[in-house]
Amino acid sequence: MPQKISTITARVWRGDSSGGRYEQYEVPAKDSQTVLDVVTWIQRKIDPNLTYRFSCRVGMCGSCAMTVNGKPRWTCRTHVEKVLEDGAITIDPLRNLPVVKDLACDLTEFFSKWIKAEGRFVPKARRNDPIQIISPRDKRRQEANTGIECINCAVCYAACDVVENNEDYLGPAALNRAWTLVNDVRDGGNKERLRAVSGIGGCQNCHSQQGCTSHCPNTLNPTRSIAGLKRAAFSAALKGEI
Amino acid sequence: MLGIRLYMAQRISAMLIAPLMLVHLGVMVYAIQGGLSAAEILGRTQGSLMWGLNYGLFVLAVSVHAAIGLRVVIYETFGLTKKSLDVFTVVIAVVLLVMGGRAMYAVVLS
Amino acid sequence: MIKPHRNQPLWYAYILHRFSGVLLAVFLPFHFYVLGLALSNTERLDSLLNWTEQPLVKFAEFVLVFLLAAHLFGGLRLLVLEFLPWRPIQKTLAATAAGVAFFLALAFLLRAI
Repeated sequence: MPQKISTITARVWRGDSSGGRYEQYEVPAKDSQTVLDVVTWIQRKIDPNLTYRFSCRVGMCGSCAMTVNGKPRWTCRTHVEKVLEDGAITIDPLRNLPVVKDLACDLTEFFSKWIKAEGRFVPKARRNDPIQIISPRDKRRQEANTGIECINCAVCYAACDVVENNEDYLGPAALNRAWTLVNDVRDGGNKERLRAVSGIGGCQNCHSQQGCTSHCPNTLNPTRSIAGLKRAAFSAALKGEI
Repeated sequence: MLGIRLYMAQRISAMLIAPLMLVHLGVMVYAIQGGLSAAEILGRTQGSLMWGLNYGLFVLAVSVHAAIGLRVVIYETFGLTKKSLDVFTVVIAVVLLVMGGRAMYAVVLS
Repeated sequence: MIKPHRNQPLWYAYILHRFSGVLLAVFLPFHFYVLGLALSNTERLDSLLNWTEQPLVKFAEFVLVFLLAAHLFGGLRLLVLEFLPWRPIQKTLAATAAGVAFFLALAFLLRAI
């Protein structure tokens, strides 16, 4: 039975894009406390200037993603007692993204890469065309379904070494999204999409480290999706389509 | 910093290298017993079309594979411009091709 | 020492692949130079081959053979990952690749000494 502790030590990064430092806070320990609870307590009881993001606080929106003891995770879904190291936790903003202030990052590049990867549906059918029937047993639909639960929380982006070392790299989330659309038989934008995901920053830069897969809170597998894109791009290139 | 075509060259060269490398590893583990000597190596390889093709293809594929592989590592570690990277890639490939070609000539054709 | 978000098996597979690749690429010009001595100076080649009989050099060769085999089998795992349908047992495959590479290198060492 672990010893019951009354306070935890939270080291929180404070600063902005020009730099910062860690501030230490002593926070009362509570049952079933999450890291988001800790951050919220600090902002309400100690320092109202602490900047952070959250929304649903129940693991659905992905807004509260931060780095906890070095790993990117949803803070509302991270129980403090599971990550405490010697009675302390360290909280940083997500890696690989510019910091706005304290624990809030600027997600602009993350979302613009989603667009760059042509991660948007291009309809083929017109209003009066019959509804296209797609069986849930369809192999391509099943492949798409493995990736569509992405809520764009940027945890995978923060976990990826290639994103860190290659500023053009579109990243796991954008590529995963593109793969779900490549497998969507209703979509008509694959030519442009395959070109987009195999250009500079494309899928071929992935080293399959699976940092994305091992950290995705929705248990998605961007490495698998990116491997699929590699195959699709390879064939398309051989056929001279891209 | 890889376009799709460099990526394809990297993977295709890898597929070519795989069986040749397995042969190479096999030869190494076999031949190392009792020590190596110039006579032993040359006795096996000299005048052999098979070894010539084996090592010739090997050198070609490895020059491409290593040059592109190092390109990626250099970019991700040092972040150079495309122009510098292109120069590095070509230089590495040429050096390996020339030295490897000479080595192959030395053991097969000399 | 290793950042927490990297402390997982497939990152180690990646770093081993990168490290072995770089080391092998650096080793190659020396390897080609030594073989080229068969053309220009067979005595020098023989004396160098003799020099490699030293235990420290044999151990270095063992490490090199391990890195070569690890890069090869790790690379095969990547080719399967990228060209064939996804299989979830990546950690197992990575461990197997490293294990086979180690035993191959051991076979080399045991025959060498």
